[in-house]
Amino acid sequence: MMKVKIGKIKLKNPVMTASGTFGYAKEFEKLVNLKHIGAIITKTITLNPRQGNPMPRICEASAGMLNAIGLQNEGIDNFLKEKMPYLSKIGAPIIVSISGNNIDEFFILARRLDKIKSISGIELNISCPNINCEGLVAQDTKETYEVVKAVRKITDKTIITKLSPNVTDIVGIAKAAENAGSDAVSLVNTFLGMAIDIDTRKPKLGNITGGLSGPCIKPIALRMVYEASKNINIPVIGIGGIMNANDAIEFMIAGATAIQVGTANFIKPGVCGKIVKGIEAYLKKHKIEKIEDIIGNLKI
Amino acid sequence: MSLDAPYIARAAKPGQFVQIRCNDSFEPLLRRPFSIHRVKGEGSRVKDIEILYEVVGKGTEILAGKKEGDFIDVLGPLGNGFILPRTTNHERRTTNSEPRAIIIAGGIGAAPLVYLAEELTKKKIKTIILIGAKTKNLILCEKDFKKATPEVYISTDDGTYGSQGFVSKLFHKILKTTESKFETIVYVCGPHGMLKCIVDICQERKFECHASLEEKMACGIGVCLGCAVKTKSGIKLACKDGPVFNASELIW
Ligand SMILES: Cc1cc2nc3c(=O)[nH]c(=O)nc-3n(C[C@H](O)[C@H](O)[C@H](O)COP(=O)(O)OP(=O)(O)OC[C@H]3O[C@@H](n4cnc5c(N)ncnc54)[C@H](O)[C@@H]3O)c2cc1C
Ligand SMILES: Cc1cc2nc3c(=O)[nH]c(=O)nc-3n(C[C@H](O)[C@H](O)[C@H](O)COP(=O)(O)O)c2cc1C
Ligand code: FES
Repeated sequence: MMKVKIGKIKLKNPVMTASGTFGYAKEFEKLVNLKHIGAIITKTITLNPRQGNPMPRICEASAGMLNAIGLQNEGIDNFLKEKMPYLSKIGAPIIVSISGNNIDEFFILARRLDKIKSISGIELNISCPNINCEGLVAQDTKETYEVVKAVRKITDKTIITKLSPNVTDIVGIAKAAENAGSDAVSLVNTFLGMAIDIDTRKPKLGNITGGLSGPCIKPIALRMVYEASKNINIPVIGIGGIMNANDAIEFMIAGATAIQVGTANFIKPGVCGKIVKGIEAYLKKHKIEKIEDIIGNLKI
Repeated sequence: MSLDAPYIARAAKPGQFVQIRCNDSFEPLLRRPFSIHRVKGEGSRVKDIEILYEVVGKGTEILAGKKEGDFIDVLGPLGNGFILPRTTNHERRTTNSEPRAIIIAGGIGAAPLVYLAEELTKKKIKTIILIGAKTKNLILCEKDFKKATPEVYISTDDGTYGSQGFVSKLFHKILKTTESKFETIVYVCGPHGMLKCIVDICQERKFECHASLEEKMACGIGVCLGCAVKTKSGIKLACKDGPVFNASELIW
């Protein structure tokens, strides 16, 4: 009843964890039944270890939060050695999020992950707003196309391209990912934002600007998912301020085949399991047999 | 504030904290971290934890409006907690000298230290306590500390109570007047500037020093990487590897 498919990955339900908000899953083992999650997406890894941004890295916004972590991670070698053995044993599909400074780095990362059986898919994070470079890959159709194309060449695993909402034309970027052979797109990553302490007149984040997430971004994310899914033929994964089953269902009606839960994991560590149960209850209540029947089924 | 939380109370150690969801709405959205101030009860009857907080913003204002019998969502115990002298025995330089703990509390930094003082006295470790604050009515937990040990010294920045000046000045004074046959371990919690002063004094004297740090937190469980702390062995997380750090490890 709850099954969905993203590329080659068969999910027992459409609820995934958003990269960077669920660590490498082990941190949640006592708080959530990991097996019941549709798929686990791990914190973005890079080729070499990254220290991340200066403190403070987070601050609260109205019904949301700003973060400027800066992709702190230990690099792929450490990930494969220290994190992968545990992830392989969970029994939920594992999707590894990667990011590179250039096309070559994406290529090398994907080539190494391609060899590992227990990894079901790769999410290309071309949309992190917190790294110090000129513009994002996900803000340029040509660069998006090229990164996805390079990774497509090296792997048959499911590729999900994660898009940025900091663009004028989300459909154009989504199409570029589709044309380059991506199996799905996920959106949205965080919105660029900032906050200032008026007493000290200093920015509240060490990096000055950061990414906005949480309930406050939901309406915009929902609109973008709606627009993208209407115009491309690969599955769209909806992300942005999903706090409960109703939010998740809203994204699916707007056109998302699956959804990712981010900031909500910090507030209610068991929220993914609750969302799965809530969607099931909704389907029963409305006598809907298959979840596919609600995907994109917006009545206009 | 006292919370009926038997699971947390039984698992807790001094220096650990809990993440509290102040209400069920999205305002404020994130949980707020608070140290476990005390654990009440003995043995299997342990079931309550206490937190001591200062109202500084939205979240703490909401907490202040709670009434007896209200339910709140608490996640914990989290973090590492203080290392008590006994467990660091093997690291001691001169094994034949007796351990002595000096607890230094600055302002609301007293919150986690009462529980620590109680545990230290239970273990019969000689304990000296220094409490510092801006002014008299901000001196916290004096009674509770005095229950744990008679050796409690106080200073206020404005001199309205105890000796006048920063608590670091008092620390200097105490060190001059007390015997030094002990192997001293210092536990400190308070505002950033004060921590730094105390840590510097400890480094000069080669005292082992454990400092409890405050960083902005989102998750409290080591996944958001928001609470990074720079240490000599790389970036650590205040919520998971801390909030208590061995001061010699920290990069200021
Ligand atoms: C491990 C740990 C233990 C703590 N223990 C205690 C305690 O026992 N008693 C106590 O009163 N406070 C404690 N704090 C600080 C407490 O978490 C903050 O005072 C609280 O989160 C403020 O919430 P608010 O919504 O009332 O304020 P906000 O409106 O969020 O902010 C008001 C002010 O508090 C500061 N603040 C906000 N969040 C934090 C934070 N996570 N850490 C430090 N400052 C913050 C802000 O910079 C701002 O200046 C602890 C913090 C940490 C990290
Ligand atoms: C603290 C934090 C860290 C994040 N780290 C990553 C990351 O490493 N890679 C990534 O693709 N997205 C990252 N994100 C973005 C989330 O995956 C998600 O796209 C975004 O938060 C919007 O969803 P939400 O509103 O449900 O949180 C991070 C978000 C937060 C709040
Ligand atoms: S608060 Fe999230 S990692 Fe420490």
